[in-house]
Amino acid sequence: MLNTLIEAFRLISTWEVIVAMLAASVYGLVIGSLPGLSATMATALLVPVTFYLSPIAAIATIVAASSMAIFSGDIPGALLRIPGTPASAAYADEAYAMTLKGEAELALGAGVWFSAVGGIAGTVSLMALAPPLAEIALSFSTFEYFWLAFLGLMCATLVARSSPVKAIAGMFIGLLVSCIGIENPGGVPRFTFGLTDLFGGIEPIPALVGVFAVAQVMRAMLTPEPPPIPRRKFGSIMAGQWALTKKYHWQMTRGNIIGIIIGVLPGAGADMAAWVSYAMSKRFSKEPKKFGTGHVEGLVEAGASNNASIASGWVPSLLFGIPGDTIAAIAIGVLYMKGLNPGPTLFTEKASSMYAIYLMFIIANILMIPLGIAMIRLAAYVLRAPRSTVMPVIMLCCAVGSFAIGNNMFGVVTVATFGIIGYVMEANGYPVAAMVLGIVMGTMVEQAFVTSLIKSDGSILPFFERPVAAILAAMAIGALLWPVLVWIWRKMKPVAVARAASSS
Amino acid sequence: MSRITRRTFAASTVAAAAGAALGFKPALAQAYPARPVTVIVPWGAGGGTDATARIVAALLEKDLGQPFNVINRTGGSGVVGHSAIATANPDGYTIGMLTVEISMMHWQGLTELTPRSYTPLALMNEDPPGIQVASTSPHKTVKELAEAIKAAPPGKFKASGTGQGGIWHLALVGWMQAMGLPANQVAWVPSNGAAPAMQDLAAGGLDLTTCSVPEARAIIEAGKAKSLAIMAPARNPIFADVPTLKEAMGIDYSTGAWRGIGAPKGLPPEIAAKLTASLKKVYDSAEFKDFMSNRGFGTVWGDAGQFAAFMDKGDAQMGEAMKAAGLTKT
Repeated sequence: MLNTLIEAFRLISTWEVIVAMLAASVYGLVIGSLPGLSATMATALLVPVTFYLSPIAAIATIVAASSMAIFSGDIPGALLRIPGTPASAAYADEAYAMTLKGEAELALGAGVWFSAVGGIAGTVSLMALAPPLAEIALSFSTFEYFWLAFLGLMCATLVARSSPVKAIAGMFIGLLVSCIGIENPGGVPRFTFGLTDLFGGIEPIPALVGVFAVAQVMRAMLTPEPPPIPRRKFGSIMAGQWALTKKYHWQMTRGNIIGIIIGVLPGAGADMAAWVSYAMSKRFSKEPKKFGTGHVEGLVEAGASNNASIASGWVPSLLFGIPGDTIAAIAIGVLYMKGLNPGPTLFTEKASSMYAIYLMFIIANILMIPLGIAMIRLAAYVLRAPRSTVMPVIMLCCAVGSFAIGNNMFGVVTVATFGIIGYVMEANGYPVAAMVLGIVMGTMVEQAFVTSLIKSDGSILPFFERPVAAILAAMAIGALLWPVLVWIWRKMKPVAVARAASSS
Repeated sequence: MSRITRRTFAASTVAAAAGAALGFKPALAQAYPARPVTVIVPWGAGGGTDATARIVAALLEKDLGQPFNVINRTGGSGVVGHSAIATANPDGYTIGMLTVEISMMHWQGLTELTPRSYTPLALMNEDPPGIQVASTSPHKTVKELAEAIKAAPPGKFKASGTGQGGIWHLALVGWMQAMGLPANQVAWVPSNGAAPAMQDLAAGGLDLTTCSVPEARAIIEAGKAKSLAIMAPARNPIFADVPTLKEAMGIDYSTGAWRGIGAPKGLPPEIAAKLTASLKKVYDSAEFKDFMSNRGFGTVWGDAGQFAAFMDKGDAQMGEAMKAAGLTKT
């Protein structure tokens, strides 16, 4: 054990690994902070580079870039209300509200601090609990996935600041969008109008870029320049994070645990972890009324969650070759290419390489703090720049990024279309975040539901029979019925409620 | 699968920069290739097709001295990328990876493209389907499994491995037909590829999968599943203990997912000949062989003519299997 650890240290303490890791970190931070370029894209772009690196350095670049990109997606979300990655979309409104209150450094500091903590917690789970966590992953069949995705969709109403009805409407629009294309269980083209480009469906990233970034630019063009946020130096970014850690330690731990569990489940990943954690934070908060007004509590939990899911997402990848998310899918390809074939033998025969991967995760998350602070300081200039210079640059990023997704104009047209949709929705009070959630979850809900029904010959009983499915079903149905029960309880005991309300 | 796609930014930047650099030079009549070549892959970064394309591109680059940039054009179960290859300018500066889907999609009415819409260059790889069950399955051999399937009412057994009408679905249909059973004797559960299907097999949601053995490898090595047979003419040396269907139950049925390199129709013959010759060198190289055997991928060589004949034969076979499965659009 100790020998393996020393060997692992030796493996990573070469110039090649250190330089690769630093370069990939900076690169991940930049890509993640540009709207339209996601963490997945940051990782995928590294694949050709990894050809020329030693196995450990190759993995190091992917570990570093993906961790950094998920965090730095928070930066444009907080400063401009344009989330850099879908994982940041859940709490972009909240972080932006904090910026408007003049607390940008607190929001971003929480992002970097709790991301790093989450990442380390995820790594520890990877080190200590890989086999039992992998068992969780293998206990999930499509029945369980259906309930999980269903719970994910229910977060739409919790996260939204607007009326629940409009949030649900927004989510349904997202579900409708996710129906487009041929990648449905039947393999039948739907709503493609004979266009080959639409066969592939609408990816969440262009839709996200459209409804957040392009719509934001459109709004900026139509409204007069707001009074500039008072020119003042950014305060200390890390100050106050320790106080937050102490105050919200329970939220942080819960975020870590949820992130680890969701990360381990193949197909779920950081996006879902952030949504579920933000929704849970609001649901169980002592001060839910403050959510949406620039309240840091949700950021703590969701930030801790999405980075924890990155590390634990490697568990099924390393043990079974099943990708936990899109980033892990790319990582698996690199592992194969470098002769580190996933499987249980990786943990025994190549234990030192495994320990090297653990160490790199921890180093990447520690590096995130200084590099993240530097990045935040640089990004803060955006707040001082006049809007007439910032908005065209954002437009350019959106166009270039969306073109790069498929190397064709279709991505650009998609982004433009969703810009208009997002603008119209937002102008009428429909939350666009709920629509993005619908697009992200829609395919999974449908796939899980239809394939489950095929497996059960049309019977819905197995959705409740399997133990894990039953627990998830109880949670989903409980959450659905909760508001009704509360309403009935209030009707029956109006006095008790009034007394409780006055005392709190 | 298509969620793994956003990696093309660097490639396009490189291509753009190269294009700009070219603008300054008068177009001299140079030998092909005089500038970078784009290699279109219809599947996402990180998958088996992508990995194969990348190793081939890297070796072509070494041989021909110009960058071969891999670009993933994903979506629509391969339709988008295959269209992009077919509609590119046939000047030799856009080639692409053709996969078995090109002989399937047109039967489903998804595209007009057929194997004949391309200039075939070389066949590089073929992977036969395996038959996998969970390690807790009561069926120890493929014969026992086949008997149980025969005895059960149609649709009782559930199998997966890819989407509806995908190559592993047709492998199952072909196997059923070879045993004289109806195409729907085993119900097909569509999945997003082999990895989720193998996971569901281990989670107890399925009875069997018919994806290739390399795709199932990690789960098999984890002791959660086992491979009972492969639908191939010969055993795979890497998985030497897995028998062929013919050895195990006397059924001579084989099929497979293949990958080859093609170009748009109308490629000048001298460029095609040069590429095929270079691809042969790639195929024979130790790097390629090592890479493919390391991942458990099968290697098969076919030059332009053999590849064309291979695709024609496969196209007809797929048409029959798809008609039997009721997947064709009439």
